[in-house]
Amino acid sequence: MTGERKAIVELIKVNKKYGENHVVHDFNLKIYEGEFLTLLGPSGCGKTTLLRMIGGFEDVTDGQILIEGENVESKEPFERNVNTVFQSYALFPHLNIFQNIAFGLRMKKIPKAEIKSRVQEMLELVQLNGYDKRYPGQLSGGQKQRVAIARALINRPKVLLLDEPLGALDLKLRKEMQLELKKLQRKLGITFIYVTHDQEEALTMSDRIAVLNQGYLDQIDTPMEIYERPKTKFVADFIGESNIFEATINEQKGKDIKIALEVGEALARLDKEMFFADGEIVYACVRPEKLKFSKTKIEGFNIQGLVKEQIYVGNIIKSNIVIGNGQTLKLSRMDADEIPLIGELVNIYWEPEDAVIMKSRDHLIYSAIDRWI
Amino acid sequence: MKGISLMKNISFVKKRHLFLKKAIPLLATISPVTIWLLLLVAAPLSYVFYLSFLSTDGYKLIYKLTISNYRELLNPIYLEIYKNSFILALLTTIVGILLGYPFAYHMARAARNKKALMMLLLMIPFWTNSLIRLNGWKTILGKTGVLNTLLIKLNLINAPLEILYTKGAVLLGMVYILFPYMVLPIFASIDKLDFSLLEAAGDLGANSIKTFLHVTLPLTAPGIFSGTILVFIPSLGYFFVSDIMGGGKSQLIGNLIENQFKAANNWPLGAAFSVLLIISILILVSIYKRTGGDMKNLGVV
Repeated sequence: MTGERKAIVELIKVNKKYGENHVVHDFNLKIYEGEFLTLLGPSGCGKTTLLRMIGGFEDVTDGQILIEGENVESKEPFERNVNTVFQSYALFPHLNIFQNIAFGLRMKKIPKAEIKSRVQEMLELVQLNGYDKRYPGQLSGGQKQRVAIARALINRPKVLLLDEPLGALDLKLRKEMQLELKKLQRKLGITFIYVTHDQEEALTMSDRIAVLNQGYLDQIDTPMEIYERPKTKFVADFIGESNIFEATINEQKGKDIKIALEVGEALARLDKEMFFADGEIVYACVRPEKLKFSKTKIEGFNIQGLVKEQIYVGNIIKSNIVIGNGQTLKLSRMDADEIPLIGELVNIYWEPEDAVIMKSRDHLIYSAIDRWI
Repeated sequence: MKGISLMKNISFVKKRHLFLKKAIPLLATISPVTIWLLLLVAAPLSYVFYLSFLSTDGYKLIYKLTISNYRELLNPIYLEIYKNSFILALLTTIVGILLGYPFAYHMARAARNKKALMMLLLMIPFWTNSLIRLNGWKTILGKTGVLNTLLIKLNLINAPLEILYTKGAVLLGMVYILFPYMVLPIFASIDKLDFSLLEAAGDLGANSIKTFLHVTLPLTAPGIFSGTILVFIPSLGYFFVSDIMGGGKSQLIGNLIENQFKAANNWPLGAAFSVLLIISILILVSIYKRTGGDMKNLGVV
């Protein structure tokens, strides 16, 4: 699939250093035409720095950035065919909405009549008809957001860069805008590069997610793959809730492996070929909704836990189960399903294919290995 | 009938009560300010205004109202002085903006410790007596001053240049004295400027010149306006600058006022000049407000 698609933005061994502070490490990434790619990570992981380097607001310390196959490191922001939606919207307070949206076209000396019709088109696109005479100070957060998007899109960029654009909005509005942005992106077919620290937002909107960890690319995959098959402990931990066990490999037969946890034994099945040495230390990750419990012992599993507490979250009930080494496991069930009782001693197990086994190496070695393969 | 008058009485008492209830706390809270304003602003201004309608016999005031002082204001000699004052104030403001804006911009964008240093360099002379500083310029610019001596020693000129006691020297002194008043409000407005707006302009295709003209300049214009008001007005009245730097050769409105109060001992005419100056300042400030200027930016309200 990736072979046929055209990369519109390509990062090749990109590095960024602020003095001694190495923010982005040997970053390789291909972003394809028309895709919605999210750079996801906690604050300080380098995601905004990456976006700003693509936009031209930060210099690249080392490496190359190609936009439409062209090297852009020496190009100023105004020479690049990308536009940015800023975190704080950055609307010009002294210009009204019409003038704000028209700014890019005015800079390019487009004829007045065309500016007028294109601004009108944009106002309709972001559903702000009739707001053209107002000033940014008179708009709500959500409206300002729409203006910022319209102001960027009117230039018909090949790539739109969005730096946590929904960060300042309240939850309900944010959800609405997420869907709207996604719809807009599908309709226009423009590549969106979206920066966020909100994993739910990333899962909802993206075609692909790049998870960043301290300036390294830990994993780039579809939202489903990221959630179901995290490649590193960091990804498993950061995306959604998960139960992570440190384990050693007891026995491997093809894709079926037996592992020993601190508190007992368990089974796992790999989804692709991976080879482990006997006794190799790995991490096993099981999502709370995949964790199962039983009164009776299950073949291959030997983990017992005490149901400590239950949290009711609308349609889902979360149970905390404490196991022998003091670790608290999270188990979640739909309201209608059978749930364990507080104070009950239960056997914990899971379907072997629901456990994800991750090599216990730090991400540096991991991403290096990934590149060589 | 009795009923109606009683009703009237009641409503009067009510009103009176309401008035006292509202006015007393109000007066109590604003009184220090009110007293201050009455004593230090309203009283002297009223006195100046009253004085401008009196006349003098050369020794003491004649307490008889007349508008002869105001007729005297239209004397062609004085009109020439107003024109000179106005041109000088205008030039001071323009030169102040041209020098002050880059300085303020640089200061606002500088790193924290450099910013503090620049502020200190700006403020230290500001705290020193301006008469002393202006006399310092004399030792530099005078006929046997540092500059001329140096130029002659370097064989660049044969005879000392006539720098001091020219209009240019007065302009130099004026700009020099009023420089902080121009820089500080501009600095404040640039310092407030959201840097991401400049990035946004760049992102939307504006090069640095266009960004400056379309974003930076309009957004920092309030600072320039404030600086203009703060520089233009004093430069109409700073008589000592033209005294020291111009050697009394070029007269300004400020000099006129000073002369009438001191040498000529014609207080009523001096007061009339003052009223003229006050009125022109009020006109300027009202234009400033009318064009959307915020009084807060002047740092006086």
